[in-house]
Amino acid sequence: MQEDITVYVENAAGERVAVPVPTDMGLSLMEALKANEFDILATCGGMALCATCHVELVEAPELPEPSDDELYMLENLPNLRDGSRLSCQIKITPELDGTVLRLMSDH
Amino acid sequence: MSTVTTDICIIGAGPVGLFAVFEAGLLKMRCHVVDALPQVGGQLSEIYPKKPIYDIPGFPSILAGELIKNQMEQIAPFHPTFTLGERVEDLEKLEDGSFRLVTSENTEIYCKVVVIAGGLGSFEPRKPAIDNLAHYEGGKGVNYMILDPEFYRDKRVVLAGGGDSALDWAIFLADVAKELTLVHRGTTFRGAPESAARVASLAEEGHMRLLLKSNVTEVHGDGKLESVTLVPDGSEAYQIETDYFIPLFGLVPKLGPLENWGLELEKSAIVVNTVDYSTNIPGIYAIGDINTYPGKLKLILCGYHEAALMAQSAYSFIYPDKKFVLKYTTVNGVPTL
Repeated sequence: MQEDITVYVENAAGERVAVPVPTDMGLSLMEALKANEFDILATCGGMALCATCHVELVEAPELPEPSDDELYMLENLPNLRDGSRLSCQIKITPELDGTVLRLMSDH
Repeated sequence: MSTVTTDICIIGAGPVGLFAVFEAGLLKMRCHVVDALPQVGGQLSEIYPKKPIYDIPGFPSILAGELIKNQMEQIAPFHPTFTLGERVEDLEKLEDGSFRLVTSENTEIYCKVVVIAGGLGSFEPRKPAIDNLAHYEGGKGVNYMILDPEFYRDKRVVLAGGGDSALDWAIFLADVAKELTLVHRGTTFRGAPESAARVASLAEEGHMRLLLKSNVTEVHGDGKLESVTLVPDGSEAYQIETDYFIPLFGLVPKLGPLENWGLELEKSAIVVNTVDYSTNIPGIYAIGDINTYPGKLKLILCGYHEAALMAQSAYSFIYPDKKFVLKYTTVNGVPTL
């Protein structure tokens, strides 16, 4: 069994909340955030359709390029930032340890 | 304008809405199904018809499109009727406790029970967070869709967005509008390189204005839109005059008009009683992904279960004097309507 990694969710005040995430459950970042009861809707359940799991990666390792579906959603977001991603499209891997992100959903 | 009279009106033709037809049919209740999409199947047909689903009991693997095809076959004996490509806009409870629903195309549906199986909801334009934007909706200068480009001939238009539709419309309207401005928050258009190159050259040739790293933050006008405030990254805000502002930020699933029907909601889902998946309004039920309750799982198979319990409760609601008797299909076969 692999050890948990830690990702950090930064709030508007700049404080970082540590979130322990298991790497052996095949989770997406969205699922990990939802499991920790962060306020994201994830309406579409992970199909890159609703962008309610939009996050800004503040500090993160090199990740695989977003799919066309994800790019299409991202390009449409009014609050797009340089580090914007849909957290449902990011697989949890050990490399994500130490990632810092902000929640960007605007519901 | 057409009128339909039925026992149960099901809003949403996804797997759960279709199975509700079956469960209602076993109890000899007639169903009419309405969906905003032009075909049945909901997300399964619209979004992932070729994806396999692995958690439908009895099917080790089944393509989403196949599941819908099978479900249509399964409910055929009950002769359900459909209104497709229309969204239910209004719901009214009549004096006798029955309901009148009206769709976007003014189809009227009279029914005794309403079952909302709306899944994600319906897809609506995503609106940017700008104060007063709503003041200019409805023909006063702010639109979220371009229905007829000719409408903008010789007008001043500001488009906002970075997706394919923003690029495509910018290219189209460059020739039509008197003055066209495309505002994009980013510096690049990652989605469609050819369209992005075309927009860049139209801007260089002076056929349109392209404002990158910029945001529309305010809208102004006395009763009708007159100007918008633009804020470029790291520099000062300024206003430009315009007749129309069209934010094109794609579609987002929303509950839509049913938000205004007096249903108890929680986090964009309809709160139901798990005894029978009834809502706070007697005669209205909500099943599948659109409802919420403690322990809710958004699974197709949970929606099927909810449909079965809903149907027996709807039966008692419609026929308060009749006794509900559970009939097994293995014993009785499938009745027809």
